[in-house]
Amino acid sequence: MLIFERSRNGRSAYSLPPMDVPESVLDMEPHLIRKVEPGLPEVSELQIVRHYTELSRKNYAVDVGFYPLGSCTMKYNPKLNDALAESEDLSFLHPYQDEADLQGALELMYNLQNMLCEITGMDAFSLQPAAGAHGELTGMLIIRKYHKVNGNTHKKKILIPDSAHGTNPASAAMVGFEVVEIKSDSEGLVDVEELKKHLDENVAGIMLTNPNTLGLFEKNVSEVVQLVHEAGGLAYYDGANLNAIMGIAKPGEMGFDIVHLNLHKTFSTPHGMGGPGSGPVGVKKFLEEYLPVPLIQEGEGGSYTFKYDLKHSIGKVRSFYGNFSVLVRAYAYIMSMGAEGLKKVSEMAVLNANYLRKRLSERFKVAYERICMHEFVLDNYPVWKNLGVKTLDMAKRLLDLGFHAPTIYFPLIVKEAMMIEPTETESKEELDRFAEAMFRILEEAEKEPDILREAPKTTPVSRLDEAKASRHPVVRWRKEEERGS
Amino acid sequence: MKKFAKSHEWVEVEGKTAVVGISNHAQEELGDVVYVDLPEPGKEVKKGEVLCTIESVKAAADVYSPVSGKVLEVNKNLEEKPELVNESPESNGWLVKLEIVDESELSDLMDEEEYRKFCESEG
Repeated sequence: MLIFERSRNGRSAYSLPPMDVPESVLDMEPHLIRKVEPGLPEVSELQIVRHYTELSRKNYAVDVGFYPLGSCTMKYNPKLNDALAESEDLSFLHPYQDEADLQGALELMYNLQNMLCEITGMDAFSLQPAAGAHGELTGMLIIRKYHKVNGNTHKKKILIPDSAHGTNPASAAMVGFEVVEIKSDSEGLVDVEELKKHLDENVAGIMLTNPNTLGLFEKNVSEVVQLVHEAGGLAYYDGANLNAIMGIAKPGEMGFDIVHLNLHKTFSTPHGMGGPGSGPVGVKKFLEEYLPVPLIQEGEGGSYTFKYDLKHSIGKVRSFYGNFSVLVRAYAYIMSMGAEGLKKVSEMAVLNANYLRKRLSERFKVAYERICMHEFVLDNYPVWKNLGVKTLDMAKRLLDLGFHAPTIYFPLIVKEAMMIEPTETESKEELDRFAEAMFRILEEAEKEPDILREAPKTTPVSRLDEAKASRHPVVRWRKEEERGS
Repeated sequence: MKKFAKSHEWVEVEGKTAVVGISNHAQEELGDVVYVDLPEPGKEVKKGEVLCTIESVKAAADVYSPVSGKVLEVNKNLEEKPELVNESPESNGWLVKLEIVDESELSDLMDEEEYRKFCESEG
């Protein structure tokens, strides 16, 4: 039930004392003044409390249970980071305050820029982009501007492997690039011979997700980057899967020119379903002048200032300085983990994924199976062909068994794909519990497949009609008298 | 008689006109179709080029033209009822009518029996 449906005329959650100041009339252009009531819900305080408490109880989150949503890094986010981000010292800052009043915040951002440089092997970072795909877009704008400044406007082609994140082609296309898909080889890696066929003077760059969405490290990455550079293109690293390589490998040392990170994923902000996110973009020295402004710089006497004078800056990509509260969380996370701690994060993320992969491979087919990084993909095509049960049905059944479903039907190169990323924060017992649930589902598929086809049964709503929702979306609630028109 | 491409489209030729759609096997793999992005009439495509895009609950998939030609007509019913691609992929759920330029292009496509075997070997 929506809170609007609980509304009754005249009910309210507050009572104000009699007004003791004179009423004044709004001095505004008449057309700016609202003529009809805004239609807000009229409910009591108790109704509000019950409504939102009920919603929170229906919600499934990392704080409730295992959330192996591949490519999304749904790890536990330490509460300390939230507490710091919400502290009055930081959350009551106003972006229009003077630099002199913001020294602590600027120092935090300055230090974070440098830490991200160290982690990725890049030379400069902008903290502005508000999410991963926004970082991709920023990276593409930098590539476009770079080629324009160098008189290479004919460079229009962006190469993207078919195992890349799904947002990559969209980000490149939005900037006006022509997207060319590079097929994977039989090992699930970029096919270098295929890549060579597409390399010519029109190549603006490559977008590489590494580890890719199969959870595999691109072992030929240095050669791939070198080939693109020889064709005059720039190399862009989608760092959304950084959780697998921290303290072990650096995109900068692999030869990449531009990288984006998803701070909300790797560096612990509760995320999913719309944010807030943060997708900082790092570059090598020769591209620093292209970054969005402002950067934070250290001035004389240890003070910090905004730096706006970048010769080729693509401009601002977001209001003010990015999603500051996410930056605070990332800073707190990096400071509390330390260099050794971050390395341990990646080691455990990879260990957990391989443990679960190995257990599931007893009964399931793993796509392109070998030692994986932070995630792996099940190929459930045999289950569908032999038992008539789809990956979708199995994912829905997992909800009944108390888990969030993995990512399904992605990457597209695996039929009936189920992409599983356990993250470093889960215990062995939890991984075993998930493996047992998957085995149980397989047994049900063999003996009582209808349980799966009708799942879920124990969730607040049963199976939703996804096709109808897409074909005939109802995106806002209307009052009864407004409907039907 | 229908001819099938390895990329799972079918084409049926009557005179100079070729009707194009996706196979039953293809719609099964795609799942429930929610949107078909049809081309403008008059658009010219070469064999193997993207003819249109089909969006399902799983993914957006490109449909490749099994023959070269000019788009004469698109299946307007799909705008309101994209589910026709699922319900009747090889009849009422057709996508595009093309004016073909080179009938010899049909020769390297598969007939129904060959296509069935091809799908089995692919799975």
